[in-house]
Amino acid sequence: MRATAQPPAPLLFAVTLVVALFMVVPILVSVMAGLVVNYSSGLKSGLTLRWLAQVWETYGDTVAASLLIAAGSVFATVVLGVPCAYMLARNRSRAARAFEEVLTLPVAVPGLATALALILVYGQMASFRQSFAFILVGHIVFTLPFMVRTVSAAFERGDLVALEEAARTLGASFPQRFLGVLVPAVFPAIVAGCLMVFTLSIGEFNLTWMLRTPLTRTLPVGLADSYASMRIEVGSAYTLVFLAVVLPALWALQTLAAAMQKRYGT
Amino acid sequence: MALPGEKGWATYFVVLTDARYAESMVNTLLLSLAVTAVTLVLGGAVGVYLARRRFAGRRLLLAVLTLPLSFPGVIVGFFVILLGGRQGLVPSIGASLGLSGLTFAYGLLGLFLAYVYFSLPRAIATYTAAAEAMDVQLEEAARALGASRLRITRDVWLPQLAPTAVATGAILFATAMGAFGTAFTLASQYEVVPITIYNEFTNYANFALAASLSIALGLVTWAVLFAARVTVGAAGTA
Amino acid sequence: MELERTRIEIVDCAKTYADGTRGLKPTTLTVEPGEVLALLGPSGCGKTTLLRLLAGLEAADPGGRILFGDQDVTARPVEKRNVGMVFQSYALFPQMTVEANIGYGLKVRGVAEAERRRAVGELVDLVRLNGLESKRPAELSGGQRQRVALARAVAVRPRVLLLDEPLAALDAKLKESLRDELAELLRRLGITAVHVTHDQHEAFAIADRLAVMHGGSIVQVGRAETLYRAPTHAFVADFLGRVNRLERDADALARGVVKIGGVEWSCPSRSSDGGVLVRPEDVQLGPHRPDWALATVRHRTFLGERIHLRVEADGQSSLLADVPPDSPFRVGDTVGVWVAPERLIAAMETAA
Repeated sequence: MRATAQPPAPLLFAVTLVVALFMVVPILVSVMAGLVVNYSSGLKSGLTLRWLAQVWETYGDTVAASLLIAAGSVFATVVLGVPCAYMLARNRSRAARAFEEVLTLPVAVPGLATALALILVYGQMASFRQSFAFILVGHIVFTLPFMVRTVSAAFERGDLVALEEAARTLGASFPQRFLGVLVPAVFPAIVAGCLMVFTLSIGEFNLTWMLRTPLTRTLPVGLADSYASMRIEVGSAYTLVFLAVVLPALWALQTLAAAMQKRYGT
Repeated sequence: MALPGEKGWATYFVVLTDARYAESMVNTLLLSLAVTAVTLVLGGAVGVYLARRRFAGRRLLLAVLTLPLSFPGVIVGFFVILLGGRQGLVPSIGASLGLSGLTFAYGLLGLFLAYVYFSLPRAIATYTAAAEAMDVQLEEAARALGASRLRITRDVWLPQLAPTAVATGAILFATAMGAFGTAFTLASQYEVVPITIYNEFTNYANFALAASLSIALGLVTWAVLFAARVTVGAAGTA
Repeated sequence: MELERTRIEIVDCAKTYADGTRGLKPTTLTVEPGEVLALLGPSGCGKTTLLRLLAGLEAADPGGRILFGDQDVTARPVEKRNVGMVFQSYALFPQMTVEANIGYGLKVRGVAEAERRRAVGELVDLVRLNGLESKRPAELSGGQRQRVALARAVAVRPRVLLLDEPLAALDAKLKESLRDELAELLRRLGITAVHVTHDQHEAFAIADRLAVMHGGSIVQVGRAETLYRAPTHAFVADFLGRVNRLERDADALARGVVKIGGVEWSCPSRSSDGGVLVRPEDVQLGPHRPDWALATVRHRTFLGERIHLRVEADGQSSLLADVPPDSPFRVGDTVGVWVAPERLIAAMETAA
């Protein structure tokens, strides 16, 4: 869509400016608060890295935990979600529709409820219940519908039906055309789905907080802990760590998505 | 999923019968509706403004505005504390100007601002995409016919953006209803249902009640979304 | 490139869809080995349905049979039929290069890489895509994509080539030049081909024979000139080119004449509804003389290489005349109108 010469819109501009400030200022304040000696005195008290050091000492393990769980969620949702998406896109039966509704339930239901459900069902299996695998399962249950919906929308597109028929006329069997033609054709949608799943998993709190034990903490869980029990500077420094982890990951995934777009067209 | 407790089926209707839980549900509902309405308007304005203008740093601005999509709710609660809590920036500035009592983080205003903060990125993202996809020629035709800005907004933009507004509004509403981390961090006096559920589960080990409150929350959310779908006649959540 | 020439026989094939609509009525058709047959008709006439039945992408209603040469392929799924198909949207695999696209069918069949590369090279030469082998479909023009689609379909040495509106996605000028190229290519390959189109000029240029379809059945099959000059159905006459209609009353019918502008032209053949059809280019105009009808020019349109004149004669509704650009007649002039007797078409049946 070409950007035509726009007439000035002072009201919209003012709103945009206010909203932009509203969104950006807290982030900047938070970054500042994590680097100053004393928040109450502000910048006058000087800059320091000791809060960051303290955060790393107390909560360093949560960074790796969150990244690994996010990566695990991405992997699992791709392996489980892409075939699911294909099946739902091609199968129009009532059973398939019902399956789709059940699959997307965790989206509509608050994370708390999903967590409760998981605890009630699996709570008795003690070793599973107390491991990171339990948290991973919770994340997968929550993020799977997002991957499935994104990819299934791509599979349903008319030109993909034609691609599949073309592959069939050339003699390709189902496994051949699924892996060789269909999956590559929806690759941009898969990458978009991965980005979504990664973002959702890294920031997931509601579900994880309910499922956690003191030994299985993710980054958001650690954040909540620090906000409640540590001084404001430590909480801010930890938030800074979160930003430092999330921003490069998001940027990398988005660049990848843009490159896919360019290479393969929409 | 949920097992009836000692009180059996009565547990499921506690939301309707017990004043405390009913109040919590009404609080959550009103807050979510207000947040959704405000966010749709503000997000729409920003989305429409940014969609078709090109200026240096536009992509960076959009990236920054949609960055909070990845934030857990607790961070947003923390931001509100940073700005409006006891040691917050706003009360400090206010104190130096001689104004007291500017601590807003722990009441309804703080909760509301926090909820708007985490809702805006989603609205901005979807509106920008939708506004970019709007047919410029419709607007040009209206301008050629002499329509004023107000008329164009009402007759050209709003109808084209209506489906997006409904779909986005549904997501915003559902997210606000189920949001936990933000209210948890703020330890707000304004009690929302997710906090009630959490308290019942963790402090009183009242699984059945927690489960039934969750179901009630889900049902109320679904009912509002259904009513919206039917009223608008659109295709429901994105 | 040597390709097999297979005869195609379609016997009593019909297609009814799940919701009850009849896409195709029972149809019987033979395509000679090495022939290019066009299925021509408006949208909804069943031509694409018939093509998909041939491909095996849809199954015919019970009782229908499809034979490739001596083999009954009715029960074979598309993967096993060895047909080459060019889709309307080309359906090129977006993430594969031109080479990979063309070689895909060979890869699926397990052909060794060296042999594959050789075959692909031969095809790239044939369709003149040299230099573009490593490009992706998104980087190609419409005409280039069409050639890749064709090469890909032909690479597996199919027995039959099926083309679904292959030129529909191109703009007018490109369509014309590619039409001739496609015709030339098909002739060189010598493969049996069935080609679906709604564009009569495309069908005329590319096909050896045409099957005009309407409402789910084949109305007339034959060479282009036969269909044009001697349509057996009014639908065929109307679909191919333009046509004027002359009415005859009971008296004119009884005496085997057409009454127009004060004269009577002999026309002994009868159509089922009594009307007589005339092509605009067969309507001759000149100064009035005996045996020529008297008419007035009502409308004149200059079209570059031709002029269209609407003339009104007594006893008939207005006729469209297609005349050379040097024709002197203007609006309001009185002219004489003449049609050679063999150019009066009496179509046997009206369209169903």
